[in-house]
Parts: sequence; structure tokens; C-alpha cells
Amino acid sequence: MSAEAPARTKDSGLRDRLAHGLDAPICLTWELTYACNLACVHCLSSSGRRDPRELTSDEARSVIDELVAMQVFYVNVGGGEPMLRPDFFDLIGYAVDHRVGVKFSTNGTRLNRTRAQQLAAMDYLDVQVSLDGATAEVNDGVRGSGSYAAARRAMDNLADAGFGPFKISVVVTRHNVGQLDALMALAHHYGAQLRVTRLRPSGRGADSWEDLHPTAAQQRFLYQWLHDRPSVLTGDSFFHLSALGQPLDGLNLCGAGRVVCLIDPVGDVYACPFVIHQEFLAGNVREAGGFTGVWRSSDLFASLREPTSAGACSSCGSYDACRGGCMAAKFFTGLPLDGPDPECVFGHGTEALAALPSAGLPRPAADHSARAVPVRLLSRG
Amino acid sequence: MSSPGPLAVTTPRFDVERPWRLHPQVALRDESFGALAYHYGNRRLIFLRSRTLVELVESLERFESAGDALTAVIGPAQRPSYERALARLAASEVIDVR
Repeated sequence: MSAEAPARTKDSGLRDRLAHGLDAPICLTWELTYACNLACVHCLSSSGRRDPRELTSDEARSVIDELVAMQVFYVNVGGGEPMLRPDFFDLIGYAVDHRVGVKFSTNGTRLNRTRAQQLAAMDYLDVQVSLDGATAEVNDGVRGSGSYAAARRAMDNLADAGFGPFKISVVVTRHNVGQLDALMALAHHYGAQLRVTRLRPSGRGADSWEDLHPTAAQQRFLYQWLHDRPSVLTGDSFFHLSALGQPLDGLNLCGAGRVVCLIDPVGDVYACPFVIHQEFLAGNVREAGGFTGVWRSSDLFASLREPTSAGACSSCGSYDACRGGCMAAKFFTGLPLDGPDPECVFGHGTEALAALPSAGLPRPAADHSARAVPVRLLSRG
Repeated sequence: MSSPGPLAVTTPRFDVERPWRLHPQVALRDESFGALAYHYGNRRLIFLRSRTLVELVESLERFESAGDALTAVIGPAQRPSYERALARLAASEVIDVR
């Protein structure tokens, strides 16, 4: 799950209760649009082109009304680039006015001085500027030419506007894992918080994961690095590393369909942000029962809330620590869901991957990648 | 202003003799295991892991001191563990002195 403040529990009883699902998600991810002016090679949602079926402003406000009624404390807003929606400020304003906190992720290209000041004036709002390297060279290799400079301008604008501690959000790759200290220094420079998350083979990441995911040695380094720096936020995304020793802070539980989910731009509800695929589609918020109906009554979510078998991991002494890792990472690499994570720290995933036939991997659904790859960045505003 | 407050710069010490309350920036959501607590200021999510603890937290406002609330809501045998739970909630700013 991605409760940002680590849920303080090593209580396996509570973890079991959560695994059986709650009447409402603890938090959820809401991708507001598939439109994006970047074309990051690891984009989870294969974003680029706006989908004409995108939820209208009224429909989006109805979803927020449901979140209020369900007492969802906050929503992680992403995309695509959410700031490309013309009603972006209306929608996040509507949410925070109703005490649904907003944590939104942006590539920063539209975060000019004026918008930074608007954001700084809002309560219950966190901003995460995505940056996948401490240098333009490393970042732009993943996020596209000019994207490092654009993200830094956004950070300058937030700092100048007195926003306070925004977050710098980094997807850890083979190429930036050696820059974590430099990224930490950058966060300190801005008075920002560093947030690092796991690369998934989801969306366009299905095609780049092989080249970008950290090596086994880098994963061990990362575990120690995170362990020594509990102030670094992780969205609880590295629980597969907890098999290396002391569990990392957080629930150490896959919350998909149990305590978290994804609403995509056209209102489709998936089990988590990393499984945009028909197999993990629970329903649509436009259905008669709305989001609440999907969350409480979908067959898919009911099945995800059933007790899971450890499968091939049952003989491993560390199963209780990692619980078999990430469902999405297994699914898109073609591994069985009741077996080891492809990045299992004991190498069981590597062995399982080697035994797979090379063809026939599931392809991510809903590809909105731009046909050409335009990377157009706004000048400083 | 959108900044989360500085975390635990002045961690309030839990004094059982003082009057406490649910922190005004904290919302509780009832759950079968107890409740979820979310602090809109420091953005922390905390699990209250029993219904009795939730009752105790909600009762604080009605008593002159946390000690009085403990006496009224919790039996003597369980008092030490609930007092420790309140101290942890004070450290996370789920409850504060009123």
C-alpha cells in the first residue's frame, strides 16, 4: 500500500485483517488524464494522448463526493500529467475543501511561478515532482530531453513561492541508484523530502524494465540505504526487500484491491496503479453503484481479499517478511502470482524468469502512448 | 499553507494528570479492528488497534485528566498498556493537551 507516513505496525494480526480488505480504501491513486507532454520510458500508464472518454468535471466531482462519504483521507493524483487538465485546480480545490487531501505527482513542466503560488495557498496538498536522476544525463535518459531542467524550474518555483517541504519523487533504476546520496542532497537544498519508489514492469515499463531495474547487488545496497534513512519516503513500495532482514517501515503488504486501488482517467477501477490490464479491472465509476459499488462488490476485489497461498514461496523462511512481493511485477514478467517476485532478493525470481518461455508475456492495456514522441516543454513562466 | 508541520520537533510528553483530547487536525475512521487515524497536519496515518482504545481516545474530552478517562473506561488490569498506547498517540500527535 502507499500510505506515505509509515503505518507503525509490525503486528501480523492487523496485517491479516487489512489483507481481507476494508469497506473503503485507506487511500487510492487517481490518474486524472492520460495526456502527457513527456514520454517517460517507464510510464506505468503508457500515457501520452488524452482519452476522449476522460471523466468530465462533474463526474470527477461525483467521485470526490463518494470519497468524502467513504472517509478516504487522501488521494494520490497522477496521470499522465494531471496539470494538463484544464479543470485541475477546480478538482483538487474541490477535494481539499471537502477534506480529501491531495498528493499529486507532476513532471513540473506546467508548474510556473503563478501556479506554484496557487498551490502554496492550499491546505491538505502535497506536491511530488518526479525526477529520475541527480543529473540531466541520467534523468533525461528515462524522462526525455529537457525534463531535468523543467523539473528543477518547478522546484525553484515551489521554493520561491514558499510552498514548504514538497517531495522529490524518484523511481529507482540501475542508473540512478548510485545517485541516491546526491538526490538526498538536492532534497536538502530545497528543504524538500526525498521519496523513492520501485520501478515496475508496467505500462511502457514492460519494455524498459529489463534494462532499468536495479541489479541484485544494487537491491541489497538500496535495502541498507533505506534502512539507515527512515526519513526517506517509499510509499511502502520496497517490501520485497524486507526479506533481507529487519522489515522496512510500512505495512509490508500488497494492498491491491484490499486497502488501495487505482481509478484511471476514464473511470476504470483497477486493483492498483501498476496493473492496468483487463485481468485486474474491477469495474467503472460510471456504473450505477459508482466507485463505492465497485470497491465493495466487485468479484475481482472479493477474490483479492481471499487468503492467498504462498505457492512456490511456502518453503522460504522469509515469506512472512515479503509475502511474495509485488503482484504487478510478477504478472507483467509472466511469473505466477503465487510464486516469487522477479526481484526476489534470494534470486528465486531470476531462476523462475529463466525457466519461462520468452514469448507470450501479458501486454499492458490502454496504451495511450503518443504516436510520435513530442517532448515540448514550456519556458519559465 | 501546504507544508506538513515539522515532525516531532516538540514531541509532547504524555502527562496523565493533564486534560487531553483528540487532536483537532486528526480524523478517525471506524474499522472492525479499531480505527484509522489520519493527521491532516503531519500527514501521518496511525492504526488504533482496538475498539476500546478508540472509545478511550474519544472519551478524553469529557474528563479533567487522561487519568480520569483511564479510570472510567479501562479496568485496572489493563490500565498500564492503555496508558502506554495513549503515550504513543501523544508522540504521534493523534492526541494533544487541550
